[in-house]
Amino acid sequence: MDLNLDAPHSMGTTIIGVTYNGGVVLGADSRTSTGMYVANRASDKITQLTDNVYVCRSGSAADSQVVSDYVRYFLHQHTIQLGQPATVKVSANLIRMLAYNNKNMLQTGLIVGGWDKYEGGKIYGIPLGGTVVEQPFAIGGSGSSYLYGFFDQAWKEGMTKEEAEQLVVKAVSLAIARDGASGGVVRTVIINSEGVTRNFYPGDKLQLWHEELEPQNSLLDILNAGGPVPMAM
Amino acid sequence: MTFTIPIDNGDAVKNAEADSQRTLYPYVTGTSIVAIKYKDGVLMASDMGGSYGSTLRYKNIERIKAIGKHSLLGASGEISDFQEILRYLDELILNDNMWDDGNSLGPKEVHNYLTRVMYNRRNKFNPLWNTLVLGGVKKGKSYLGMVSMIGVSFEDNHVATGFGNHLARPILRDEWHADLSFEDGVKLLEKCMRVLLYRDRSAINKFQIAKITEEGVTISQPYSLTTFWEFQAFHNPTAGAQGSW
Repeated sequence: MDLNLDAPHSMGTTIIGVTYNGGVVLGADSRTSTGMYVANRASDKITQLTDNVYVCRSGSAADSQVVSDYVRYFLHQHTIQLGQPATVKVSANLIRMLAYNNKNMLQTGLIVGGWDKYEGGKIYGIPLGGTVVEQPFAIGGSGSSYLYGFFDQAWKEGMTKEEAEQLVVKAVSLAIARDGASGGVVRTVIINSEGVTRNFYPGDKLQLWHEELEPQNSLLDILNAGGPVPMAM
Repeated sequence: MTFTIPIDNGDAVKNAEADSQRTLYPYVTGTSIVAIKYKDGVLMASDMGGSYGSTLRYKNIERIKAIGKHSLLGASGEISDFQEILRYLDELILNDNMWDDGNSLGPKEVHNYLTRVMYNRRNKFNPLWNTLVLGGVKKGKSYLGMVSMIGVSFEDNHVATGFGNHLARPILRDEWHADLSFEDGVKLLEKCMRVLLYRDRSAINKFQIAKITEEGVTISQPYSLTTFWEFQAFHNPTAGAQGSW
């Protein structure tokens, strides 16, 4: 049997989920690619499951969509039967059930995040294979390879909502800079006891990284602005 | 309750995807478990890592869990399969408790159950990708056994999985003896875990040691071990042969 243990499938996307004191912040890039072509440059990878639970999707677009559709359907019924909002843990376990039982066919890594009145803000990572891991923060997708070091250094317990969101935006932006399969805009979703807030950060609102230049409308603007001699022979 | 997305697999002979109901390879894996019998029962050690291929992705996975009142289960291999095994055992223990007859499943019984599960899955070419270590004490008798993903099962005074087989067991063969004290047992396990930390790429420096005695189960808080790098030979190994390693 070919074990292929050291080469997990790489997955297009960068997805992040972070807890803070009071809730969670979910973040993702917006690139969906078919091979080298960018099929959708403004996708929304943070999908709603219930009023208080969202999931970040990575890997196969089709697989992640169908799994989240089934779980949304199950959670809808569960909420009716329970008579109150579903918990984040239940949502994560339903995703796990599908991910584990169909592990041979599915190629999707998910991050479930939300807020419920029992446990507050929680993040669950569900990588390939269907393992569930509750974490204070989770990263996933091909872009996440570039973020392990960043989070090892930048993460701290007990951040405020603003600090957490800034961390997520910065991280997705860094991953986009280096991962060809991630790009576009940064979307964030903040979930806490008060509700859900969606935010949108287009490329030009983000900090510039190494070897990135200030965007211009045209070379002509640079030439006409005078300043240092831009072209030399 | 399981749910498989309904897919018509079709004719197994003609359809290439029909044998997709088999685990091909693991994704998130745990490395070695090392366990020994000692004076009062069994000691078991593991690190807290969950590797994803060559990436040390998860650093807080508990790979040793208490089962009922009398057993400890440690697992290496695919973590999702370990989580599924824990669900099976939950049900087993629950049903055992419901008899309400004063009896409870001991480590020997749990080991036997696991052996059946692992072997039957192996026969269907759909293994649970784990090597399991089952230790426990019941009525004063210590028990320590192991089951692999192909259903090979045995008991011994000391067991190890994965790299532990190659690195830890020689140490245990030399230094284990009956009636080890708790302190000596812990030191022996730590000696093994340290070697694994030096020499196993998928090991991380965060451990738990679990103890099971007639009184019950204790699983330690996560902790790290010191490492030694001050051998003279380490300081300038290539001085005599530039370019070598």
